[in-house]
Amino acid sequence: MAIAVEMPKMTDTMQEGVLVAWLVEEGSTIAAGDVIAQVETDKATMDVEAYDDGVLLKRVAAEGDALPIGSLIAVLGKTGEDVSDVLKAYEGAPTVAAAPEEAVAAPATVAEVPTATDEDPKRVKASPLARRMAKDHGLNLGQLAGSGPEGRIIKRDIASALSARPAPTPVRAPGTREYTSVRITQMRKAIARRLAESKFSSPHFYLTVDVAMERCVEARRAINRRQEERGESGISFNDFVTKACATALTQHPAVNSSYDAEAGEIRQYGYVDIGIAVALEEGLVTPVVRDADHRSFLEIAAETRALATKARNRQLTPDEMAGSTFTTSNLGMFGIESFTAIINPPNAAILAIGAIRDVPVVENGQVVAGKRMHLTLSCDHRAVDGATGARFLSAVQGYLEEPLTLFV
Amino acid sequence: MATLQLREAIHDAMVEEMDRDANVFLMGEEVADYNGAYKVSEGMLERFGDKRVIDTPISENGFAGLGLGAAMNGLRPIIEFMTWNFAFVAMDQIVNNAAKIRYMSGGQFSFPIVFRGPNGAAGQLAATHNTSVEALYSCFPGLKVISISNPDDAKGLLKSAIRDDDPVVFLESEFMYGMRGEVSEAEDYTIPIGKARIAREGDAVTIIGHNKSYWRAMEAAEMLEADGYHAEVIDPRTIRPFDWETVIGSVKKTNRCVVVDESNPFASVAAEVTFQIQHRAFDYLDAPVSRITAKDTPAPYAKNLMAYYLPSAEDVYRACKDVMYVS
Repeated sequence: MAIAVEMPKMTDTMQEGVLVAWLVEEGSTIAAGDVIAQVETDKATMDVEAYDDGVLLKRVAAEGDALPIGSLIAVLGKTGEDVSDVLKAYEGAPTVAAAPEEAVAAPATVAEVPTATDEDPKRVKASPLARRMAKDHGLNLGQLAGSGPEGRIIKRDIASALSARPAPTPVRAPGTREYTSVRITQMRKAIARRLAESKFSSPHFYLTVDVAMERCVEARRAINRRQEERGESGISFNDFVTKACATALTQHPAVNSSYDAEAGEIRQYGYVDIGIAVALEEGLVTPVVRDADHRSFLEIAAETRALATKARNRQLTPDEMAGSTFTTSNLGMFGIESFTAIINPPNAAILAIGAIRDVPVVENGQVVAGKRMHLTLSCDHRAVDGATGARFLSAVQGYLEEPLTLFV
Repeated sequence: MATLQLREAIHDAMVEEMDRDANVFLMGEEVADYNGAYKVSEGMLERFGDKRVIDTPISENGFAGLGLGAAMNGLRPIIEFMTWNFAFVAMDQIVNNAAKIRYMSGGQFSFPIVFRGPNGAAGQLAATHNTSVEALYSCFPGLKVISISNPDDAKGLLKSAIRDDDPVVFLESEFMYGMRGEVSEAEDYTIPIGKARIAREGDAVTIIGHNKSYWRAMEAAEMLEADGYHAEVIDPRTIRPFDWETVIGSVKKTNRCVVVDESNPFASVAAEVTFQIQHRAFDYLDAPVSRITAKDTPAPYAKNLMAYYLPSAEDVYRACKDVMYVS
């Protein structure tokens, strides 16, 4: 009996996946553990491995299909084996919906755009170079016309397709009402679901402090001067905030917690794992710095840098993004002075970090130049009360205003 | 730079090496008294005497073996074949002894010997005197194979071949002995074995050709230039060991390749080069590698058929346009 290959559940929160690419042709012999396809989940693009040995008899899912967990994506077996039993067994399963194209024109014209899934991808003739270029630039060969012999797609076809991209902005005729439809990615669906759930189920309240950052500026300058002399990477203000939060959280376990209605408990964590929001073009992810309370400044800086790089390259594993006990989000680099963040469930709080501003401050009755930074803590009132949050935020402020205390 | 005929460049290389090293000597049919069938060894008998410039009977297997014995005993023979067509009767010595005894003796014996002579088509000499042998000798590990296209390479590479401690098959051309070209006058001028020469740089297509085929490649490149396409021409110069790095680097740049080779097509040097390119530069190819070779028949006698039989510049030009997808 042929073996069914299903859309696997690759992350805890995954409900469906988009089959991005097949890596194995029909008729190929594969061994258990071979990577056969890539699937875009709600957080990352991941490899699908075969669980059994055999010949890939049929690819059921096409590239671009969005499929719920457990859907049939392929059939394995012996060469020549009948696959109809397996196909029949999965009949009536949720329908296979092709993911819409990245950007289509106004709906009125959609019908005229030939969809790539109508074409059998195996029949596309392209030179090896053209295939590689198409892959590098994310072009769908099925949508290109080849100018080589027998319709072979060659280098110049790719080059002209690339030069045609991005499409010139059409001059809008007055009176037209067109829009661009952008495909909702798995990541965006996850963001939508989790943040809506957070905002609707956990009552947020917000606390803001204005932190004097002069000593942090000095400390950072001194540390980075030394790092530079050693030829090593420096630390950022964000790393100071991470370190200050980690230290303060150990003293304020009520903030380092989760409200779990189903279990009927508030879980106060005995460890500090801080999620750090990283902006990507297609959304945001929150890789986690583990045991942040036990890490040195330099370790926090190096870890954060490594995680952010992986995030931008979409190489984070679900493990690296799961299980935070607290989260920070920083928009200071955009000049945002202060903002309120939505709590990253199941955390009980999130800290929004603003830009460091040059402001006049009054010291001993004199106006002098100062450096200030807004921190805004969003708390889940089910787990954290106002005074609890205020004590924690005040502790963070204290550490940042006297950063030497972070070293004792 | 001096302007020399190819025969003079080969002559000078041998004379300089014989002056430099008393163990080097020349042996072959008509090399001494007659000054060489193609006058390559002109004046060498007079200069070096009959112990070092030796006429042989018409017995290729015999004097090839004699040379190998001398090489095993510390001399550095240059064995001239009047043409490589005559060396077929010496193949046992070249293939079974020269190529293999160093390996079979665990390195106890080496053969610092050069077998040289004209190779390939030489006009209306009919089927048995128009054979290209480079693919044949290149398929035996243990032999180095050099095929030159101009006087400068001839001098620099022959000197390297004479100094090399392994047997070298050195391929010249009757058609090219009278060809003149600039030759370096640098003292002790040698060119390393195993290095190709990019004769002409370009980005539209890579054309690879050795010996006479190199000139067909250059002529085709001129024709392409007139059409506005810059072809890159590579003369491998050494067939074995082959300079894959240079060729693959070029193909990765141009994405297209035509190999010119006047041998018969089956299992030719062009066949091996084509395999290696598709294997090593697959993702860089925009068209199948093409080749222009002799036709798959023995060489004809008739002049018009011979012209049809051999690769022409026009053939190469058309093949280039095919792989460039231009008409």
